[in-house]
Amino acid sequence: MSRAPSGAAVSRDGRVYLDHNATTPLKPAVKAAMVQAMDLVGNPSSVHAFGRTARRAVDEARAAVAALAGVKPAQVLFTGSGTEANNLALRGFSGRTVLVSAIEHDSALAAAPLTESQDTQRLPVQPDGTADLAALERILADTAGPALLSLMLANNETGVIQPVADAAALAHARGALLHCDAVQAAGRLAFSFGALGADLMTLSAHKLGGPAGVGALVLAEGLEPDALIRGGGQERRKRAGTENLLGIVGFGAAARLALEEIAAAADLAALRDRLEREALAAVPQARVMGASAARVANTSCLVLPGVPGETQVMGLDLAGVAVSAGSACSSGKVKPSHVLAAMGEDATAASSAIRVSLGWTSDDEAVDRFLAAWITVARRSGRA
Amino acid sequence: MNSLGLSKRPQDTRVVVAMSGGVDSSVTAAVLREEGYDVVGITLQLYDHGLAVQKPGACCAGQDIYDARQVAERIGIPHYVLDYEGRFSQDVMDDFADSYLRGETPIPCVRCNQRVKFRDLLNTARDLGAEALATGHYVRRVEGTHGAELHRAIDPAKDQSYFLFATTREQLDFLRFPLGGLTKPETRALAERHGLEVAAKPDSQDICFVPNGDYAEVVAKLRPGSVEPGDIVHVDGRVLGRHRGVVHYTVGQRKGLGIGGLRGEEEQALYVVRLEPARRRVVVGPRRDLARSVVTLREINWLGPALPESEGLEVSVKLRSAQPPAAATWSVGPDGTARVDLHEPQHGIAPGQACVVYQGERVLGGGWIAATAS
Repeated sequence: MSRAPSGAAVSRDGRVYLDHNATTPLKPAVKAAMVQAMDLVGNPSSVHAFGRTARRAVDEARAAVAALAGVKPAQVLFTGSGTEANNLALRGFSGRTVLVSAIEHDSALAAAPLTESQDTQRLPVQPDGTADLAALERILADTAGPALLSLMLANNETGVIQPVADAAALAHARGALLHCDAVQAAGRLAFSFGALGADLMTLSAHKLGGPAGVGALVLAEGLEPDALIRGGGQERRKRAGTENLLGIVGFGAAARLALEEIAAAADLAALRDRLEREALAAVPQARVMGASAARVANTSCLVLPGVPGETQVMGLDLAGVAVSAGSACSSGKVKPSHVLAAMGEDATAASSAIRVSLGWTSDDEAVDRFLAAWITVARRSGRA
Repeated sequence: MNSLGLSKRPQDTRVVVAMSGGVDSSVTAAVLREEGYDVVGITLQLYDHGLAVQKPGACCAGQDIYDARQVAERIGIPHYVLDYEGRFSQDVMDDFADSYLRGETPIPCVRCNQRVKFRDLLNTARDLGAEALATGHYVRRVEGTHGAELHRAIDPAKDQSYFLFATTREQLDFLRFPLGGLTKPETRALAERHGLEVAAKPDSQDICFVPNGDYAEVVAKLRPGSVEPGDIVHVDGRVLGRHRGVVHYTVGQRKGLGIGGLRGEEEQALYVVRLEPARRRVVVGPRRDLARSVVTLREINWLGPALPESEGLEVSVKLRSAQPPAAATWSVGPDGTARVDLHEPQHGIAPGQACVVYQGERVLGGGWIAATAS
């Protein structure tokens, strides 16, 4: 069916991919590195020369991912996904009360161990989509014993950048740790683990031009989470299982490129801003969520009041343009956005939003195609 | 004119097919696809499958959604799943429970067609730029001189016109029923020819959200505490026994009354004559007490020619789905109700069921049975 665009904004069968926050097309150089790695024979844990060669490939990838986060390679622990890294971070410190923001990804919300007062422990966000730091101070003060706060760096639905450094300072003042899910920020925003004051950070390869099936948890030196997956001694005994060599090599290559191309990623803002300008000009009832806050350059959350997000996504898909709405479960059914609800939007708005996310394949033609298709959808529903 | 009666080439005509995952709607999609239409398959997630089969944690998508997706993949059409759990719960399941508690015998499938498939899904189809919504119902849409008409299916064993009486003219304009001229074996043969795995899938028998047929249990779950025991009373006033809740009974029911105190002969002859939910009474009596010749209807839907008030129309009516049409005179009242005078008394007419009005093969309309009189 629809082939991944190999660098082209419009695929051979005429489709446009604007869902980079769901997963990014594999970058050609990443693919090349992975193809090469397919010929590696050894298990990185093996003593012999084959094993050492494989081990070297893993180490190089680890160094590249570490560089992306601005940490030492030894602080990077490979996992099977961003979701797994979130689980390891939030379930790996059993003595701590886990606090999560209301706009975290499902993997963080679900990973946070349930406590009786969980509702009150969800860190609220302000209408602009940024975490409410005053509320954070109160929540931290009300939390007995050591805590662990999970706050993402960039939201997956709105792209709104969160005040992680400020939150980390507040957390540290109360003896709490800070976990930052940076999955949607890595490769889109320059940052460093140290400057953010994070103690734990989640990264994922397939959001930055790498393959799905590999993620990483970055840890402050000296932090030792309890392993979720036990077995062999891989990843310093924190994550058993033979290393996913292909995935890890792909992650390394993608991280290297992401760092080199970070300026180009920021340039997507011009494209995104044009998309929003022209969309709002054509459909005056539409709104952009989180537009007043600082956002990563690639993400646009558009609300077309009264037209269900799923209807918009279907209409766009039938016109060959791929975007998403809310988060889909395995059957493909779409839930209203918990992120927009947390921003104070009513149920209608929260279910009338779509997310357009640009990436390394996006260009003006892709944006034009989106605009034409989306305006048609709006017109059919009597909104334009 | 293309085969759907639209003046466009099939490839320029977008048609949404409501795909349930069963053989009928699958064949509908396959046939239209083969004719070259721009077919879009949509499956509605109506209730939590995991809850319905008593397995919390089962995937929210049941086998039917999986089957629909497989068929769409096989015939090469885009397919989407829409979450209609909220509106299904509100517009169909709540109505179902409340109707039972009023002592009626509801037909949720009609409500689902009326309020979910032909309203919300139809609007979504319009929003997607479709020219028509096609379903796998066995019923015919016939272009008459005064617009689209609804007719019984060719196959009397499969005819579903009873369940579609509430379809409005506006909905009918947009709807298509490609299977109305086929028999079920013909449909299955088409499914096989298209290589559909659902070709041999059994027909669904029960109401979808009552998979084991236990309506009362579902009502009890939807309205906790509302199913209360009471007396079984003879029409002559004698208390004959106890019951577990009026929702367990339907007017006309004979079996399963569980009245032990009467002699065998007399018990065999007792039927549920009426339900009195306010007094929690199930009233039973001999068959003659079931005879009714006047039926009052509410929420009338009329697809036939405009009818002058207070003028009777000779029609045939169906008072439940599995019943041959009976001769009657139809007349409408000034208050939006209608009155049906049966030429021969009928037995076991249950409030909450539909009274569907036919003239020959054509469905003229119908309404919900509000009251009956002898």
